[in-house]
Amino acid sequence: MIHLQRRANPSKLMGYLAPFIALLLTLAAGFFLFLMLGVPVGEAFRAYFIDPISDSYGLAELGVKAAPLIMIAVALSLGFRAGVWNIGAEGQFILGGICGGAVALYFYEVEAAYVLPLMCLAGIAGGMLWAAIPALLRTTVNANEILTSLMLTYVAALLLSFLVHGPLRDPDGFNFPESRLFHDAALLPSVVQGTRLHIGALVAIFITVMAWVLLSRTLLGFALRVNGTAPRAAKHAGFGQAGLVWFSLLFTGAVAGLAGLFEVAGPIGQLNSTISPGYGFTAIIVAFLGRLHPVGVFFAGLVMALSYLGGESAQITLNMPLAVTGVFQGMLLFFLLAADVLINYRIVLGRERVA
Amino acid sequence: MSDPSTSVLIALTVITAATPLVFAAIGELITERSGVLNLGVEGMMLVGAVSSFLCVHVYGSAPLALLVGMAGGMVMALLFGFLTLSLQASQVATGLALTIFGTGLSALVGQSLIGVAYGGLPKLHIPVLSELPTVGPLLFQHDVLVYASWLLIPAVSIFLKRSRAGLVLRAVGDSHDSAHALGYRVIRVRYFATLFGGACSGLAGAYLSMAYAPMWVENMTAGRGWIALALVVFAVWQPGWVLFGAYLFGGITILQLHGQGIGINVPSQLMSMLPYVTTIIVLVLISLNQGRVRRNAPAAIGQAFHPTT
Repeated sequence: MIHLQRRANPSKLMGYLAPFIALLLTLAAGFFLFLMLGVPVGEAFRAYFIDPISDSYGLAELGVKAAPLIMIAVALSLGFRAGVWNIGAEGQFILGGICGGAVALYFYEVEAAYVLPLMCLAGIAGGMLWAAIPALLRTTVNANEILTSLMLTYVAALLLSFLVHGPLRDPDGFNFPESRLFHDAALLPSVVQGTRLHIGALVAIFITVMAWVLLSRTLLGFALRVNGTAPRAAKHAGFGQAGLVWFSLLFTGAVAGLAGLFEVAGPIGQLNSTISPGYGFTAIIVAFLGRLHPVGVFFAGLVMALSYLGGESAQITLNMPLAVTGVFQGMLLFFLLAADVLINYRIVLGRERVA
Repeated sequence: MSDPSTSVLIALTVITAATPLVFAAIGELITERSGVLNLGVEGMMLVGAVSSFLCVHVYGSAPLALLVGMAGGMVMALLFGFLTLSLQASQVATGLALTIFGTGLSALVGQSLIGVAYGGLPKLHIPVLSELPTVGPLLFQHDVLVYASWLLIPAVSIFLKRSRAGLVLRAVGDSHDSAHALGYRVIRVRYFATLFGGACSGLAGAYLSMAYAPMWVENMTAGRGWIALALVVFAVWQPGWVLFGAYLFGGITILQLHGQGIGINVPSQLMSMLPYVTTIIVLVLISLNQGRVRRNAPAAIGQAFHPTT
C-alpha cells in the first residue's frame, strides 16, 4: 500500500519542482492522446511546440498571446493568495473590450492623440465596473464571488453579442456581427516593426514587476498573504477583509479590462462577438502553474501562450481539432494539483499507522 | 396565452428545461452535504452529455446511453475525488480544472457528432392517467428521466433525514474530525457522495443531449452546471427547495425562448441574460439571511481531511 505522510515542514524544493513535473506528465499524457487520435506523434509535437516559435514572427505572436494571459494571471494571483476567488476575469476582459471599443467607435475618424489613452481608461473602467459587482455583493451580503463573477461572464458575452448585432454593428458591414474597423488613431502601434506585438507586452512586464514589489515589499502584500494562509490571524492583525476583497477584485478587473481593450485595439482592430479565446479562464491555470508568484506567473504565461499557438498551428498543419488545447490545459492543471501533494506530504510505501 | 393547450405546451417546455437542473443540483447537494465542494459540475455534465450521445449514436440503445452518461460523469467525479480526497488538492482549483478539462474533452470527443440527428428519448405514457385532460399531458406523458427526477427528490430527502447512512453523510459533512473519531470512514463516505454527484451530473448532461436538444453541440450546457451550484445555495441544502428552484429557473429559461411569442419585444441576447442575472439576484436574496445559510450549510464544506492531522 502507498500512503501519504505529512512532512514536518512544506518542501520548498517540491514547490519549485511541481510545475515541471506537471509539464512532463502533461507531455507524456499528450503523447498517448496523440497515439489514440492516430496522429503521428513526432509531427504533432513539432506542430505544437516548435513550429509556432521557429521564427521572429512566431516569437512576436507568442508575446501577443502571452501578454493578456500574464497581465490577468498576475492580477488574479494576488486575489487567489488572499482567498478571493474571482473567476470572472473573462467577463471583465470582455467589458474592457466593449467600453474601450465603444470609445474608439464614438471617436471614429477623430485623428487625435487623446483617443487611445481615453480608450485605455474606458477599458480599465469597464473591467473595474464588472468586478465591482461581485466585490459589492461579497462585502455587503456575503454572496459567493465565484458564482457571481462567473454568471457576469455569461452576461458580458451576451452583452457583447447584442452590441455587435445591434447598436455597434458596422453600418456597411453586410449585417455581419462586427463593428467598423477601428480608425488608425484608435489602433495600438506595434512595438516591433512588421509584427503584431503591441504595448501590452510591456505592460505585462510592468505589472509583473509591480506585483512582485507589492507582494514582497508592502504591507498590503503582506496582508494579502496572511489573509489567504491564516484568515483569523489577518482579522486579529486588523487587516480588513472587505478592503482586501475590494482591492483584489478591482485590481484584477482593471487589468483584465485593459487587456481586453488591448486585444480589440491590437490584434483584432474592431469589436466582434468573439474577442477572447478564453484568456480569462486560461489565466486561472497560468496563475496556479506560476505558483501565484509574479515571476512564476510570467513564465507560466509564456508556456500557456505556446499552447494556444500550438493548437492553432496543429489545426492548420495536421487538421487537429482546436479543442485539444483545452484538453491539454485541463490536464496540465490536474497534474499540477496532483504534483502539489508532494509539497506537504511524502509518499510512503507500507501500511498507514493511524493513532 | 388564453389557449389552454398553449399554456400546457409552455409548461411542458419548463419541465424539460428544469429536469437537467434538478439532477445536477441534487447530485451536488449530496456531494456538498458530505463536505465536498465540487465546482466541476459543468465539466461532468458536458462529459455525460457527449458520452451518452456518442453511445446512442453508435449502439442505438437509449438505456445503455443513459448508463454511459452516468458513467462518464462518475469517471470525472472519480478524478476529482482522487485529487481532492486522496491527494488533498484544493477543491476549488480542482473543480475549476475539472470544468476546463471536461469542456475540452467533450469538444474533442464530440467533433464527429456535430450535426448528427437523434429522435430524442421516447415518452412513457402512464396508462389511464395520461388520458386525463390537461393533467395527463402535463404530468403523465414524459420520458423516463423526468419521472426519475421527480422520484429522486423525495428519495434523497428521506435518505438524508431518515436513514442511518444519511445521518453518517451529514455527520461527515458537518465535522469530519468528530465523524472520524466515531469510527466513520470520512474519505470513503466522501468518495461515495462525490461519485453520486458525478452520476447525477452525467445524467443531467445526458438529458440535455438526448432529450432537451436532442443533439450534441459544443459547450451545450451553457452555464447550467454553475446555475446548479447556485441552486444548491438557493435551496439552503434542502432537496425540496432544489426542486422549486430548478423549476423556477426552467421557467425563466423558457420565458427567454418564448418571450417574443408572448409579446416581450426585447433582443434575444438580452433575454438570454435572464437565467444568469436571476442567479445573481437569487444568490443575493438568499445571502441576505446569513443566519439561515449558516445554520444549513455543511460546516466542513471545502475542507480537506487527512486522518493523521
